[in-house]
Amino acid sequence: MNEFSLGYRIHIDFILLFLILTLCSCGLVILYSASGQNIDLVYSQMVKLFIALLCMIFVAQIPPANLNRLSLFLYIFGIILLVLVMIFGDVGKGAQRWLDLKILRFQPSELMKISVPIIVSSYLSSRFLPPKFFRVIFSCVFIIIPVFLIAQQPDLGTALLVAIAGFSVIFIAGLSWRFLLSIFILSAFSIPLLWHFMRDYQRQRVLTFFDPEKDPLGAGYHIIQSKIAIGSGGFYGKGWLNGTQSHLEFLPERSTDFIFAVLCEEFGMLGVLVILTIYLLIILRGLYISYKAQDAFRQLLASGIILTFFVYIIVNMGMVTGQLPVVGVPLPLISYGGSSIVTLMASFGILMSIQTHKRFLKR
Amino acid sequence: MDLFPKDRVEFILKDRDSESAIIKRRVYLAGLFILVFIILLLSRVFFLTVLQNDHYTTKAKENRQKILPIAPIRGLIYSYDGVILAENKPTYSLEVIPEKISDIDQLIGQLREIIHIDDRDIKRFKKLSGKKRRFERVPLRLNLTENEVALFSINRHLFSSVDVVEGFDRHYPLGEEFVHSIGYVARIDENDLKNISESGENSNYSATTHIGKLGIEESYESFLHGKVGYQKVEVNAEGRVIRVLERKAAKSGKNLYLTINLSLQRIATESLGRKKGAIVAVDPRDGRVLVFVSSPTYDPNKFASGIDTQLYNSLLSSKDKPLINRVIQGKYPPGSTIKPFLGLIALENGTSNTKKEVWCPGWFSLQGHEHRYRDWKKEGHGHTTLDKAIIQSCDVFFYNLAHQLGIDRIYAGLSRFGFGQISGIDINGEGVGLLPSREWKRNNMKEAWFPGETVILGIGQGYALTTPIQLVKATAAIATNGLLVSPRLVLGISSQGEEGLSFISDNTENKINLKNNIFWDEIVSSMKSVVHEVGGTAWRSGLNAKYYFAGKTGTAQIIGIAQEEEYKEEEIPEEFKDHALFIAFAPVKEPEIALAIIVENGGGGSRTAAPIARKMFDNFFMNRNLISKE
Repeated sequence: MNEFSLGYRIHIDFILLFLILTLCSCGLVILYSASGQNIDLVYSQMVKLFIALLCMIFVAQIPPANLNRLSLFLYIFGIILLVLVMIFGDVGKGAQRWLDLKILRFQPSELMKISVPIIVSSYLSSRFLPPKFFRVIFSCVFIIIPVFLIAQQPDLGTALLVAIAGFSVIFIAGLSWRFLLSIFILSAFSIPLLWHFMRDYQRQRVLTFFDPEKDPLGAGYHIIQSKIAIGSGGFYGKGWLNGTQSHLEFLPERSTDFIFAVLCEEFGMLGVLVILTIYLLIILRGLYISYKAQDAFRQLLASGIILTFFVYIIVNMGMVTGQLPVVGVPLPLISYGGSSIVTLMASFGILMSIQTHKRFLKR
Repeated sequence: MDLFPKDRVEFILKDRDSESAIIKRRVYLAGLFILVFIILLLSRVFFLTVLQNDHYTTKAKENRQKILPIAPIRGLIYSYDGVILAENKPTYSLEVIPEKISDIDQLIGQLREIIHIDDRDIKRFKKLSGKKRRFERVPLRLNLTENEVALFSINRHLFSSVDVVEGFDRHYPLGEEFVHSIGYVARIDENDLKNISESGENSNYSATTHIGKLGIEESYESFLHGKVGYQKVEVNAEGRVIRVLERKAAKSGKNLYLTINLSLQRIATESLGRKKGAIVAVDPRDGRVLVFVSSPTYDPNKFASGIDTQLYNSLLSSKDKPLINRVIQGKYPPGSTIKPFLGLIALENGTSNTKKEVWCPGWFSLQGHEHRYRDWKKEGHGHTTLDKAIIQSCDVFFYNLAHQLGIDRIYAGLSRFGFGQISGIDINGEGVGLLPSREWKRNNMKEAWFPGETVILGIGQGYALTTPIQLVKATAAIATNGLLVSPRLVLGISSQGEEGLSFISDNTENKINLKNNIFWDEIVSSMKSVVHEVGGTAWRSGLNAKYYFAGKTGTAQIIGIAQEEEYKEEEIPEEFKDHALFIAFAPVKEPEIALAIIVENGGGGSRTAAPIARKMFDNFFMNRNLISKE
């Protein structure tokens, strides 16, 4: 690979693109079955993916240095939007997340998934690493403000992902282990406090997580049915379009948050291995890009993005398999849904931009 | 411009390589971290899909496969002559599972736009919703017209939790005439559910909505009901059936043939007309009930389709008490119909014989008492034998006879004829009447038995109360020289689609053995003279009959008449008029039918009750000339 290759000229990382397209194709196949063979839904998802891919290509053209310069502006813009959502936002599914811009409905919290790692990377990389104590605290403030606003909507899933995006950057920047340990202890103590601030439905989710059988027709229904779907799949699965749990509609939200259960039911353990391998390859490519990036800002941003992507996967799968509480996190690039696809693709665009905007020093 | 400009000096001093090394170490670490989590996740998936596969496969199957019970079709009921008395009519009803509805009022509002639902429907729906099995459908509207079914079908998609259910409604074509014998079915209530589960019939009744509540429908429930079938179906999460996997048809209930002779029943019903009372006729040889009439009556079809409270209350509070089954529950003083039985007891005990005469001056007094027990014939019957006493129904003779027998022997004797006991007819709810004894009086009235009470028992007054079914059973015993058979309404049972009847023959038989069989003949001969000898109390009813029959009239007083007062029928209000009674059997030789007739407030037995018996016998024997044979 060199500065004159096609990828470098059009700022596309073909390895990453190939993996993403493979994953999306698999996702469409699963979605067709999960939606009850609703081809219109699949077309709609294809359109969304196409728009998101265009978005990715566009973002990939922006040199990382510009992102670094724009970081504070992006961040403040995002915060303003979040405040606007609090005041004017549409209520959907019991939570206030959407901003209706007449032409398109838009979740400002999605923007924060990108702008938080950018500002933290930008801020921390402006000084010598590892960061000093007060700089870590200051980064935390950058993270906590939007997280707090998003949690207020309430959108626990996105808030969690935004926080993860920010903190993973701090971790990569070389946060001292002593600090990490104290944070860990502190958060353990703050759980009761957190409980106090939770909404009723959030508490319900946590309680249900610990004992789903307690309310088998209510809050526990999701997790019980999801486990039945996964468990009944076996190693080879029941075959495409043959999942009884999903096709007879026992599995709720099967085309969105619980699509992983459909994968397990119809393609079994084998299908999970294939999908996880593709995910792992994307992550490894991301880590490689981070590893090879030319300055601290790029390194931090790349690894922040890829860690967030990983957390996405693990939280969704953990939830569907009954190991984590039910938080509304979709399975990236497979679940049906608009806003988060665009954000995801945009972040892949950043990765591509980091990989393809390199200064080659003449030796 | 940089928002966070790097400090020039620091930047120069800063070792770019050491900074990069820190980050690279952390990236390695993150990769390791990710690997660990992915392995953990995979082992979880492995645990669920491979290790627990059997468990979850079963659960998935349980989820989608449901076993739906199929209700059996209830057996039909026919009269002896093959006329259908209880059938199943297909109906369509609009049914809802209340557990699946969040706002029932809103749903009703929407449904009302296409189908008429009135307030009574809603009231019944709410009442039924309260007492039912979980996830059982409750009817919101009954008897939908075809038009309404079509209308609903078009709008079906708007009401995911409402169904049009095709079912069968029990229908009684001759409803009022047979409600007291056949009874009716009604919706299974909490009480029935308890009984069903106690008898271990839960699964057999899992699809059944109605159960026999009264009469034959109740007592033959186990024959009529049939055996539940099932279908194994695949359902979706909403419980809607996607396809049928397996099916086992329900086994229909057995059809019943009654012993009731429809044309005879008709005659009896018409003869009684609007009067209150009871007519019951049996075949004395085997206890088959030929006629079973209790008046007034009511329409059982209202109960089968879910009676509303208002109608039920009006039936319940009606002063004519139509809900009372007078044949088995009506309690009447036997009046003079007791006399042939007392005669038999006296002959058996030797306190009387056919020669012994009693002087009847028109009244009777106990020694040392002023009180005069009056005869119905003011001037008296003069010299009276037992034969004459039965023919003319002489009260004085029987006052005397009862006094001589004493309460203990009367009690023992009448008990042998089944008085004071249930007859054992094959429907429930039978009353025992009342056969008084010293012991009974001590226990119930805390008083000793008075001799005067024995005296009036001689003419069937006082404490004694009998049900018409007891009376006919005892009459049949006289007809057959002592054969006591429990009356039976069901002749036989046939399975659907099978030829032939299987007869029910578990009648309990008892034989009354008298010391001398001639006693029977003597009493029967007197009873024959009651109708066939001029001067007999019912002689007009026996005129020109083409057969001989034997009978005894009775008139049961329901108000006491003071010592010096006279019974003036026209001055007494209807509800205090005497009950008219008549017992009879025919032909005298080898009797084929025995009956008991009670017409409430009918006045005298000879005038009101006996002519009904004649009409019935005439119909029963039709053109058979039995006299020439004798």
